[in-house]
Amino acid sequence: MNSFTFSRAGSIADALRRSGSSVRFIAGGTTLVDLMKLDVERPAQVVDINALPLAELTRTPDGGLNIGALARNSDVAHHPDVVRDYPLLAQALRSGASVQLRNMASTGGNLLQRTRCVYFRDPAMACNKRSPGSGCAAIGGFNRNLAILGTSAHCVATNPSDQNVALAALEATVHLAGANGERSVPIGDFYLLPGETPERETILEPGELITSITLPPPAAGARSIYLKLRDRASYEFALTSAAVVVTVSDGTMQRARVAMGGVGTKPWRNLDVESSLQGQRPTHERFTEAARILLNDAKPQSQNGFKVELAKRCLVHALSLATAVA
Amino acid sequence: MGSQELRSGGVEVAFTVNRRPVKLVVDPRATLLDTLRDTLGLTGTKKGCDHGQCGACTVHVDGRRVNSCLSFAAMHEGSTIDTIEGLGTPDNLHPMQAAFVERDGFQCGYCTPGQIMSAVALLAEPCGQLDADVAECMSGNICRCGAYQNIVAAIQSVRKAKT
Repeated sequence: MNSFTFSRAGSIADALRRSGSSVRFIAGGTTLVDLMKLDVERPAQVVDINALPLAELTRTPDGGLNIGALARNSDVAHHPDVVRDYPLLAQALRSGASVQLRNMASTGGNLLQRTRCVYFRDPAMACNKRSPGSGCAAIGGFNRNLAILGTSAHCVATNPSDQNVALAALEATVHLAGANGERSVPIGDFYLLPGETPERETILEPGELITSITLPPPAAGARSIYLKLRDRASYEFALTSAAVVVTVSDGTMQRARVAMGGVGTKPWRNLDVESSLQGQRPTHERFTEAARILLNDAKPQSQNGFKVELAKRCLVHALSLATAVA
Repeated sequence: MGSQELRSGGVEVAFTVNRRPVKLVVDPRATLLDTLRDTLGLTGTKKGCDHGQCGACTVHVDGRRVNSCLSFAAMHEGSTIDTIEGLGTPDNLHPMQAAFVERDGFQCGYCTPGQIMSAVALLAEPCGQLDADVAECMSGNICRCGAYQNIVAAIQSVRKAKT
């Protein structure tokens, strides 16, 4: 591991003073320490932010929920307000990683979780995300677990998080603090497509700190599900996953939110899929049409063509489960 | 557990390990796992994959099970850390240690300290009653020998004795 200097931030202002492009904030460490051991991350300075007062979950005045960036994944997953009002998020979190990792991993760190593409994790291999301009060994290489939506000629890596898929369907807002003040960004605008700059994954600027996320008030009468399909029953990244929030009344879907994991270069939400469902009766034909729209622009790689059909079935099944009469 | 010479770039950190206060100057790169094993001589905690995938390095930090390989020691100022050495002794085994012996919950034994630290933490976590629930809650601990059935049986015997 590269040598670095270590310091502890005592406050948000203190953390921002120590920040910069060669600095990494460390919270749980589950991504950063792993990637530093692989020499994928080589920060000159590591600033420990665990002492910052950012671990609380608090209700917002409009009935939403603010989740501090340092709230641990296990604490969020089992928090009574999350279990009652945002079961989708609880399910997604519990389906990710292991108990030990969830006990460590923070909400903000999970937002910034890096891809599991084997070439990104191996500095001996070409990877435009890790080393811009070096090429992409995954295109034509081992890409079975990689993306079919939102890819470019430069990168086909997936965002591996479960949490972030649920947050996309719940329309979370990400709150940031930086040297120039605070700003809030809808999660749909937080992640960037790889395009020609796959090294840039989010709109986060160097030195900015994620302070919290906010969930809007739970939609009245909504039913939701997080359905994750993977090679193993536990402790495995998604081949594809679907986060669905649907409100059915008078036999029609009044409101639908859909986000997919494991298939996109970012947590994948397609508004055309949602509008194809809204105002319609929850039928298998309608779900199949939504799945067709979702995968319409899919560009499979040499090994992951199976994901097109898998993602379709995943979405149809998730919508069926979410709209089934109990 | 003596003091160390101050090295350039070293970080002072004080925490409690198995109820004993420890004060160290650590290399920033030193993980909690390496510090426990190499600096403090507590080699019961094992290094398997060193990337948070196998669970052999599981210890308790402030009562919660974590992968000690994915944490820098310097991040643990004020933490309370418990390792397998603090759980029981050969003459006075923790009930979970006794259950692993009783139920033959290991073969080569390398993953066992991590399995037992995970299993002890599980007793206080929301998990579910079924064997399948225990398997899910223990999925962060890999056993190359495949002693899973007996590990689940050992954990279930302790959980049933508690209720």
